Amino acid sequence: MSGVGKVTGFLSRLAPRRAAEEEAEPVPARVPPEPIVPTKALKKFIASLRQCPSPTLLDLGPVVGSNIQYFGERLGCKVFIEDIFADLDRFQREHQLADLPAFLRTRFPQAPESVDGILCWDLFDFMDKPSARVVADHLMRVLKANGALLGFFATAHPAEATFTKFIVVDDGNLRHRPYSTPRMRQAVMQNRDIIKLFERLRVSDSFLLHTNVREILFRKPGYLSNP
Amino acid sequence: MWKRDESVRPTPGREAAVPAMPTGTPAAPMAHGPEVEGKRHMDARDVVNIGKSVVIKGELNGSEDLTVEGFVDGKIELKEHVLTIGPHGRIKAEIFAKSVVVLGQVNGDITASEKVDIRDNGSVDGNIISPRVAIAEGAHFRGSVDMQRKGDAVKTPEGPKPEVKPAAPGLNGPKS
Repeated sequence: MSGVGKVTGFLSRLAPRRAAEEEAEPVPARVPPEPIVPTKALKKFIASLRQCPSPTLLDLGPVVGSNIQYFGERLGCKVFIEDIFADLDRFQREHQLADLPAFLRTRFPQAPESVDGILCWDLFDFMDKPSARVVADHLMRVLKANGALLGFFATAHPAEATFTKFIVVDDGNLRHRPYSTPRMRQAVMQNRDIIKLFERLRVSDSFLLHTNVREILFRKPGYLSNP
Repeated sequence: MWKRDESVRPTPGREAAVPAMPTGTPAAPMAHGPEVEGKRHMDARDVVNIGKSVVIKGELNGSEDLTVEGFVDGKIELKEHVLTIGPHGRIKAEIFAKSVVVLGQVNGDITASEKVDIRDNGSVDGNIISPRVAIAEGAHFRGSVDMQRKGDAVKTPEGPKPEVKPAAPGLNGPKS
């Protein structure tokens, strides 16, 4: 009895160890890190949306479910998703970047002065100048008077240049989720180039982060609204 | 002897003979397409499945949950029920339902009284009006999302309007 007990005890000690080894065997898929990065301008952008009774938001990035819930449920925004990154990616893959500005001219269905806030994220870091000009002109047109536009602009070429999904954690933090693309960042834009690009908007706030990203919040002055 | 229960596995021939109209649907003008192949009761909750090869053009009304794996062009109304667009489903229609789950492709506006759920690999090109919207990582969406803020009263255009006193003559212009 005692011998059998010893054997079963030995086996029972072996079995969980083997099970634990089997569980440990599969190598976990390599998930790129998703750092949570503080943001200063987002809080002000959200504050500007809160001032509107039924805000309308235009998001130029890829759709992120939690962002939709954040802006839709918590802020009561009507959210338009226009994933320009996907267009950039597609034109890059098809080697038709020369046709991108013409495509972008007819890309946006929004009416003039119909949007209270625009999230550009870091879109303009990836655009060539003609395309950036077309998009900026459109954004200035659709933005309502006193509306806000938030953009991120790199001040130095980062080591890894991938598209990033910006996921709102709260109004002071964004989770950066990189995803691969053949499109590389273009030349770093100087402040004067950025201001010139959005010549019909005024810079409300500008923050240079430790990550070498400049967050700029533009506002559209009432006196510069569309005729 | 053991006998296979054939009732749970309809033969292709039998499927083709059954119209794709949900049972109990009152005079629903459903299928105007050239062919209607399949309808299947999935469980006791009266879920109807429209198969991959089914093409429906026109208006689709129903009073039970519906799963679409085929192609629908027109309008779908399941106001008290759940509409599921399966992975093979392709919809080019306006959708009105209690709840909509998208695993396939939708090209058109979706209005749901409870929830719209776009799953991984699901695709929606259109505007969504729903109090709750869930969009999975990997889903495609282009359009607008209009959700009611939590705690907001449901908008009732025909509801009682606040009493408005008539403005004094000469003061009814807009204030600047």
